[in-house]
This record gives sequence, structure tokens and C-alpha cells, in this order.
Amino acid sequence: MRPGRDPGLLADLPRLAVLGLGAVIILAPYLWMLSASLKPGSEIFSDSLSLLPQRLYAWENFSKAFREVPLLRFLLNGVLVCAVILFFQLLFAVPCAYALAKLRFRGRETIFALVLAGLLIPAHVPALPIYAGLAATGLLDSYTALVAPFVISVFGIFMFRQAFRSLPEELIHAARIDGMGEMSIVWRVVLPNAWPTATAFATFSIVAHWNDLFWPLVVVQHEALATPALGVLFFRAEEAGNDVGALMAASVVVTAPMVAFFLAAQRRFIQGVATAGLKG
Amino acid sequence: MPEAPLPRFAAPPPARFALSEAAAAWLLSAPAMLSLFLLLLGPSLALIALSFTDWELGAGGLTWIGLGNYAELLEDRTFLAALRNTLLYVALVMPSSIGLGLLIALLVEGGKRLRATFRAIYFLPVVSLLVAMATAWQYLLHPTIGPVNRLLALFGVAPINWLGSSDWVLLSLCAIGLWENLGYVVVLFMAGLTAIPSELYAAAEMDGARSPWARFRLVTWPLLGPTTLFVVTITAIRCLRVFDTVAALTDGGPNNASEVLLHVMYKEGFTYFRIGYSAAITAVFLAVVLALMLIQTRILDRRIHYA
Repeated sequence: MRPGRDPGLLADLPRLAVLGLGAVIILAPYLWMLSASLKPGSEIFSDSLSLLPQRLYAWENFSKAFREVPLLRFLLNGVLVCAVILFFQLLFAVPCAYALAKLRFRGRETIFALVLAGLLIPAHVPALPIYAGLAATGLLDSYTALVAPFVISVFGIFMFRQAFRSLPEELIHAARIDGMGEMSIVWRVVLPNAWPTATAFATFSIVAHWNDLFWPLVVVQHEALATPALGVLFFRAEEAGNDVGALMAASVVVTAPMVAFFLAAQRRFIQGVATAGLKG
Repeated sequence: MPEAPLPRFAAPPPARFALSEAAAAWLLSAPAMLSLFLLLLGPSLALIALSFTDWELGAGGLTWIGLGNYAELLEDRTFLAALRNTLLYVALVMPSSIGLGLLIALLVEGGKRLRATFRAIYFLPVVSLLVAMATAWQYLLHPTIGPVNRLLALFGVAPINWLGSSDWVLLSLCAIGLWENLGYVVVLFMAGLTAIPSELYAAAEMDGARSPWARFRLVTWPLLGPTTLFVVTITAIRCLRVFDTVAALTDGGPNNASEVLLHVMYKEGFTYFRIGYSAAITAVFLAVVLALMLIQTRILDRRIHYA
């Protein structure tokens, strides 16, 4: 109950045991997924609880997974969609956040009130009218449709505004005296000085859109445009969806990039997703 | 450097600059405001309007039917099951993930060993691709080949059809939901716990709070109040949005036993193209989300009032 106190290992064992048990439960699906992806069907269906395969079948499972559906294509689609979304979110949100935080003008309160109103609306709410609009313009089933609803992030505006407000006025005054225009102040002075916020927002945005199933499921029909989340559903619909080993191999492939990314930059990730929650 | 402008002379900007400052501000905000109206506020207002019509995509005409869709919702057994299941899902997943999450956060923060490791492990499901992990869960929970039933068989428990029987399916989805949300709650509580000054624990101990439980009741729990309120709201909203596991594993079945709001909204709107009707379901979803946020701000206001 008191942070900072450091008991001996023996006294610490009960705590570690409880946490360890919880951790095993959290990790169980990862372990069994990985285990099944290495086993032949006969072993998966046999009555054993062993995690290690008796006969290594990884090559067969993984090559089947890659043969059945374009898994690499799904991953590339995911990277492309997340990158384009993040690009536009920054392009639109950062200048607006700067104006709200540092410039005095009539209408500022109104704009900020609209941003706050936007924060209350879940992304599923505008989905139907946007879908109808995309259908009317023949843009369904395209990269544009995958990206379009997310180019504006009210949460991004809010988060950057909070960060920019704490930047010293002198910084901006000095830049103006140096003859910089407002646009270059935004990108060359203000944003580089709010780098932790930028990385936190980036991880939050990437995690959210990499994992999103709802919108890709709504707008995409063609396998070639599927993001990783939707790709899993395409795989399950294939004949191979009944092959547990190959299905688990496919799941491993689409889960691995984000998990690896997370393990490499844990603190940034947790900070990003948690502060995003705290402020959103 | 006599030319360098001193801050006290720089204070009031000349009128011409003020005008160009306003112009710059509007130019900088224009792309964001335009897309905000086009992609969020406008469509959301359109959605509310559509919920009063009978529009079906591809059917041409559109008639204003007032509260007709809402009246139909009250009679729609699938929708009522979805509403009930969604609220049940929230009522089960939210308290359990908050209770367990707080316990785990206290344990992790209670010592220095392996703190970062545990935090990372518990957080892993939050960043993992949920559809893929749901597929892994489906294998774990498979009635015949699933390791969960095999493990239970060692204790003599008869196999359970976790995702295929209407008695178990919602509970199974709740368990996956708990697994998915727990790490998020842990991380938020850990942030709240580190913000509590350790002198307060020392003071409480000197005042006679000897047991860890007494210190928790006197210091931790009251100071964690704002964090808890926030965690409750954010977890409730995350739970209300349950969709991926249902879409991937059960499709709402068997017999509507795992049907949830967003999944009915998806089916009505995007597979049957009943836009007006689906819009009404979305409006109900929005109303529940807004009600939750309103309750949160009300409680926050009252706290500040009494402080």
C-alpha cells in the first residue's frame, strides 16, 4: 500500500505470485495461439494440453496462411491507411490547435466549443450519413473511403491545444521577430517543442486505426483493400478458416507487428494511450 | 543590444497586426473546421434527422415518419435483446475490470520488482488486434479441442459450449471483454496512484492507520476518487462500443443471445440498408453515451462543490 518501500524477496513473494498468476491468464491466448500455429492438425485435435509441438509444423501452417489470403497486402494496407490518417490528422489539427492556444481572434470560443462538442460524439454516429455520401459519389470500396472519416481528429485538436498553451509566448514572439510567418511557426517552432504530445497522439491514433474493424467492414468489399482487422474476417470466411493451425498462424502474423512495436516503445505507448484516455 | 525589443514594449500588438492575427487564425483553423462540419457535426445532425425517416438505401423515396422508427424499436425483439445484452455487458465488464484493475495496480505499485514487466503484460491486450485475439479465444474456448475445456476436464467438469450456447455466450464475451479492458484500467490507476504524495501514508500511519487496509481506506481510496470516476466513465463507454468480438465470433447468435447495439445497428444499416431505422438505433446509442458523460460531469461538479 505504500509505494517506494522495498521488502525482501521472500516477503515480496505473495505479491509476485498473485501478479504472476494474473499475467499467465493474460498471456494464455497468445501462448495457445502461437502453440497451435506450430502444430499439425492431428496434434491440435489430440487430447494433449502440451504447448510445445511434437512435430514442428510451422512452415506448413504459415505458408498456407500466406497462400490463402494476401496477408502481406493486409499489413501494407494497414500501414498505408494508418499513415495517411495520421498525416491528415496532424495537418488539420495542429494549425487549428495553435490558433486556439496562442492567437487572439473573434470566434475562438465558438470554435473551441465546437471541438468540445465533437469530443462527445463517438465515431459510429456519423457513419451512416458518411456511408450514404460515399455511396452517392461512388467512392465506396476505396482507400479514400477507409481514410476519409478520420482525417479530422477533434481529440487531436484538444490534446495539442492543451500542450501548446503551456509553451512560452517569448518563443513565438522571437520567431515573429525573425520574420517567420504563422504557418512556419506552427511547423518549425511550436510542434517541435511539443514533441512528447505529438508522439503520444501518434501512438494513440495508430493503435486506434490499426485495430479498427467497424469502418473497414462497412466500406470495403474487395479483399485487396482489407486492413489487418478485416483481413482476419476474410481469412475466416475462406476454406482455410476451418484449419485451426493456419488460422492461428494468420492471427500471429497480423498481431505481431503491433505487439513488437509496443514492446519496443512500451513507455511511449502506455503514455500515449493513457494520456489520450485521460484527456479525451 | 539597444534594438532588441524588451517584453514590456511588446505587450499590446498594433491594430493592423491584430487584424492579420485574426485572419491568420481563421486560415489556420479553416481546414479543421471545414472537415469537422463535413465529417462529424454535419453527418451527426443528419443522422438524427434520418432517424425520423423511412429511408432505405437504393429504394429511392424518403418519407418523414416522425417517431415511427422509435416506436418500431420498442417492438423489435432483436433490438431489445441487443439493448439488454449491451447494458448487461457493461454491468458485468465494467465493475469487474475496475475492481480487478485497482487490485492489480495496487499490487504492481506495492513494490519495485518487475513493475515495468507486469505493466507491459497487462497492457498487451489493449494494443493487440482484437479480431485476431478473438480468433485465438475462439480456439481456447472451442467445445471439443479448446484448452479451456480440456483443463476443466481434468477437474471432472463436463465440456461447455462457451460461444455456442445461449446460456454461456454473453458471459464468454464478457470474459474476453474483461481480458481486453483490464490493462487499460490498471495503467490509469497506476498513474493515479503515483500522483498520491507518500507523506500522506506516513502521516496516516502516525495517526494510527497501521494496517494496509486502513491506509487504503483513509488515503488511497479518497484521493483516487477523481481517477476512479474517470475510469468508470471511460470503461463504460469502451464497453458500450462492444462490436469486434460479436462480429468475429457469434454474429449476435445463438438466438440473439449475444446481440449488441452496434452490431444490430451495423446489420440494419449496412447489410439490410434500412438507413432510417439504423439511424434510430445509433441515436439510442448516442443518447446512452451522452447520458453517461452527463452523469460524470454532474458528480465531478458536486465533488468540487463540497470540497
